[in-house]
Amino acid sequence: MAEVLVLVDQVDGEVKKSTYELLTAARTLGEPSAVVVGAPGTAGKVTESLAAYGAAKVYVAESDDATTYLATPKVDALATLAERVSPAAVLVSATSEGKEVSGRLAARLGSGLLGDAVGVNADGTVEQSVFGGAFNVTSKSAKGTPVISVRPGSIDAEQASGAAAEETVELPAVDPAKSAKITGFEPVVGGDRPELTEASVVVSGGRGVGSADKFDVVEQLADSLGAAVGASRAAVDSGYYPAQFQVGQTGKTVSPQLYVALGISGAIQHRAGMQTSKTIVAVNKDSEAPIFEIADFGVVGDLFNVAPQLTEAVNKRKG
Amino acid sequence: MTNIVVLVKQVPDTYSERKLTETDHTLDRESADAVLDEINERAVEEALKIKEAGEGEVTVLCVGPDRATDAIRKALSMGADKAVHVSDEALHGSDLVATSRVIAAAIGKLDSVDLVIAGNEASDGRGGAVPAVVAELLGLPQLTHAHHLAVEGSTVKVDRETADEGITHLEANLPALVSVTEKINEPRYPSFKGIMAAKKKPVETYTVADLGIDAGEVGLANAWSAVQSASPKPPRQAGERVEDDGEGGTKIAEYLVGQKLV
Repeated sequence: MAEVLVLVDQVDGEVKKSTYELLTAARTLGEPSAVVVGAPGTAGKVTESLAAYGAAKVYVAESDDATTYLATPKVDALATLAERVSPAAVLVSATSEGKEVSGRLAARLGSGLLGDAVGVNADGTVEQSVFGGAFNVTSKSAKGTPVISVRPGSIDAEQASGAAAEETVELPAVDPAKSAKITGFEPVVGGDRPELTEASVVVSGGRGVGSADKFDVVEQLADSLGAAVGASRAAVDSGYYPAQFQVGQTGKTVSPQLYVALGISGAIQHRAGMQTSKTIVAVNKDSEAPIFEIADFGVVGDLFNVAPQLTEAVNKRKG
Repeated sequence: MTNIVVLVKQVPDTYSERKLTETDHTLDRESADAVLDEINERAVEEALKIKEAGEGEVTVLCVGPDRATDAIRKALSMGADKAVHVSDEALHGSDLVATSRVIAAAIGKLDSVDLVIAGNEASDGRGGAVPAVVAELLGLPQLTHAHHLAVEGSTVKVDRETADEGITHLEANLPALVSVTEKINEPRYPSFKGIMAAKKKPVETYTVADLGIDAGEVGLANAWSAVQSASPKPPRQAGERVEDDGEGGTKIAEYLVGQKLV
């Protein structure tokens, strides 16, 4: 069976959930080979969890350059391996850096790029959702090894046992005239809440929340559900919540199992970032709010009555 | 003297309905209002700030159909010095990599470019990778998703901010490529004087053949990735809706339990 290369998305040896989604998708195309690009010693921390999601091989591309230059070491590692093993496809998470790595890799290999896929089919075609979910598209690569980036959260990760046989890959030295050097890093300070694009539940507040102080009603419901907190552009522009939590056309695109919209009217700009959520629940005072057109369950009422009651009911159920 | 090239793109206004053409699954550019992508104005603004702080020349580069001229004029009226417009019927339907190759070839035609500035992501395709691919093709360091940019002598420093990574401090020597996020600045409005001056500024037009690219390497028929089918997503059906009678929160909880979501 042909190998399928999967770029492992990890931070300091902690594997991101999206990597397990890629390993699951890879199994529909062939045999998954995980590619670890990181500082020396990284592979030792991640091999076990990669094996639990079916990685037959783990290619270890470790060097000091791997963490001091942006994107280039990952492109180098994947390009080296793609030429050596002629994989059926290369899968990368469609994160900010993943999109860049996959684009550069496709250009370097002379391959077709299939970006931001929400599904990978056994025949090598992919499903894409464009214009904020308004169109479903099926695409295929017409040339070379398909390079596919997969939107985090769009595939359900399934465990499978893999041999995870390690093999070392030499990384070429990075040319500093062609690569940006990383001189410092400040990770997203997200506290205990899950990251927006990775969360399986998202609770968002909009203009209807009314002030920054009152956003704790949104946060309390989110915490009861183990959810990430999001905000509409209106709420961010009004200064109720920081911009890094904005969901929508100009913010983040989320696709959780459950999306709860509190005091959000549902302008098209917002819907573009959340309408592929599996289940949508909305609370709004205005019975005409467009958010109700896409909500699976809607309550017309004051979010300051409804949300605390829901928080309490969820907490009670958890015991 | 810093020679800066700014990549601009005309996109369908996100406030109007966007569609795919039924016959070939490409973006239906006729059906929506076209505007200069908002992010490009910020790229132009950043280039103008660098030029005003020292010496330099700002060239606008646009790959797109004839009517993209409006987007070019907007950038010139903000204060860019000249423009290059690559317009060719053969480009219709080009994919991300082919488009990047055309952009890279056009930049290659210009003399001694020090800095390329682009928006980090267009609002239509949202591929988010064109700047990185152009950097790859030109062999330039990519300093992408910048929310802060500083040029000090021959060094360029950027604070890269992305939703999924946080903030990364990047540094490289010129020549380099930078892409900017929508948080980097507030773009200026063109003045009346700027609008009048823009009409006299030079716009050079190239075809793909002028760039030394075979028309058989670009366009829909030669794309390395192809759309096989496309369909408007069936509209989400509105589900159950209840008035809050004092038990709204409890009703949501019951619904979530029924759906096995809590």
